[in-house]
Amino acid sequence: MTALLEVENLHAGYGAADVLHGLSFNVAEGGITTLLGANGAGKTTTLRAVCGMLRHSGEIRFAGARMNGNVTEDIVRLGIAHVPEGRGTFTDLSTEENLRLGAYTRRDKAAVAEDMERVYHYFPRLKERRAQQAGTLSGGEQQMLAISRALMLRPRLLLLDEPSFGLAPMVVEAIFQIMRTINRDEKVSMLLVEQNAMLALDLADHGYVLETGRVVLSGTADVVKRNESVRRSYLGY
Amino acid sequence: MDAFLHQVLSGLATGGIYASLALALVMIYQATHLISFAQGEMAMFSTYLAWSMINAGLPYWAAFIFTVAISFAAGALIERVIIRPVEKAPVLTVVIVIIGLLIMLNSLAGWIYGYTVQPFPSPFPAQPLLANTYLSSHELGAIGVTLVVLALVYAFFRFTPLGLAMRAAAQNPESSRLVGIRVGSMLALGWGLAAAIGAVAGMMVAPIVYLDPNMMSGILLYAFAAAVLGGISNPWGAVLGGFLVGVLENLAGAYVVGTELKLSVALAIIVGVLVIKPNGLFGKPLVSRV
Repeated sequence: MTALLEVENLHAGYGAADVLHGLSFNVAEGGITTLLGANGAGKTTTLRAVCGMLRHSGEIRFAGARMNGNVTEDIVRLGIAHVPEGRGTFTDLSTEENLRLGAYTRRDKAAVAEDMERVYHYFPRLKERRAQQAGTLSGGEQQMLAISRALMLRPRLLLLDEPSFGLAPMVVEAIFQIMRTINRDEKVSMLLVEQNAMLALDLADHGYVLETGRVVLSGTADVVKRNESVRRSYLGY
Repeated sequence: MDAFLHQVLSGLATGGIYASLALALVMIYQATHLISFAQGEMAMFSTYLAWSMINAGLPYWAAFIFTVAISFAAGALIERVIIRPVEKAPVLTVVIVIIGLLIMLNSLAGWIYGYTVQPFPSPFPAQPLLANTYLSSHELGAIGVTLVVLALVYAFFRFTPLGLAMRAAAQNPESSRLVGIRVGSMLALGWGLAAAIGAVAGMMVAPIVYLDPNMMSGILLYAFAAAVLGGISNPWGAVLGGFLVGVLENLAGAYVVGTELKLSVALAIIVGVLVIKPNGLFGKPLVSRV
């Protein structure tokens, strides 16, 4: 498998302070890569740097082309959708308007309508709530909406920032099941950031463990899962 | 009774103009959380533009359309050139810049056109329409034009992808960028639309208050009162507030304080609303998480 996203020697941070100190990782075309690590390891920062939302240096290539220096709005147009930390819901708009915004850059109206039906098929709950103000949806529904909004772009790469955060285990399981389906059926590659390492390693095929802005361990999900220190620190058994 | 009805109806006519200007204020407030004090002067300048075009022999409605278009472009340009550089500056800096813009436009108009009060033509016939005794044709026409503008603005925000994108950008700029909306352009567009709406308001009010560089100062105060009364976070509240303020102003002028003190009604409304119901009649209470 070829690499869809290649990140080399990434430095990034907020203000004058660097949070990432030379991070390198890949996301394979059609694959799911997960970044694991404790709070403050730089997971969210990595996703934000890939999206051009903060200053960074190093090399970020998407489908072989260098994309540092692109602004967020243009990175989206390359087919990278970001499900941000905190879900990024447009709280005053309706569920359906949120979804329409996901397809903002697309001009193929008929296909957009089809995709709308498709995400409603994945998440029937959203269809029931299509006219409801999005800010009044439950946490789980808003997470479904965030993923659906990202899918409306018809992305090649989906960046997911802690999709399990603050949700009931059953909801999390349902959402991860659908992410698996989306990856398999629609060939959407994913870069997943998670605190719940077990969950993430079950879904992903590759894993990277981050500590204070550096990769300390990487490999296939199985290798990472079997690693002694990962097991103790992140899997908790 | 007849006189009373007359006061109410002509209050509605000027109220419509306040409503348009209040809507322009709310539009910029929603996008940037700024009160654009220069809104009135921008409208005044647009009205002078229309006046010079009409004087140059252009038919009224052609001048009207050109003025709206030029005002739109100028509004967007002002955002790009004057507001953008101070976008991230503290709010007081931006307020000072906007007040600078106000003074600049006011003086520029005085310098170019002079301070002599000029009559401004109305596109509507001098005879009252439908032989009614309550409203002049201009008042009736102004109400009609206002309603058309409001309907267009509503349709734009409610039914077009661009309108949706503008609402999204005002609400959540970060998420907007993540779906590919160019937030900066949306702000420029917002200023452009506000300037265009203001231009219409200016051209509708000028036949009533006459044209001079200070014509909008009172009008803007009423528009503020309207926006505050309706709730500065709610466009429809601001519109309704505009009509209410227009009627209140007229009734108070006719029966309570007299025409000389009419403007103080606006101030009383602003202070009263801020003391009793700071979010206005239809505004959302401002709650922020600490």
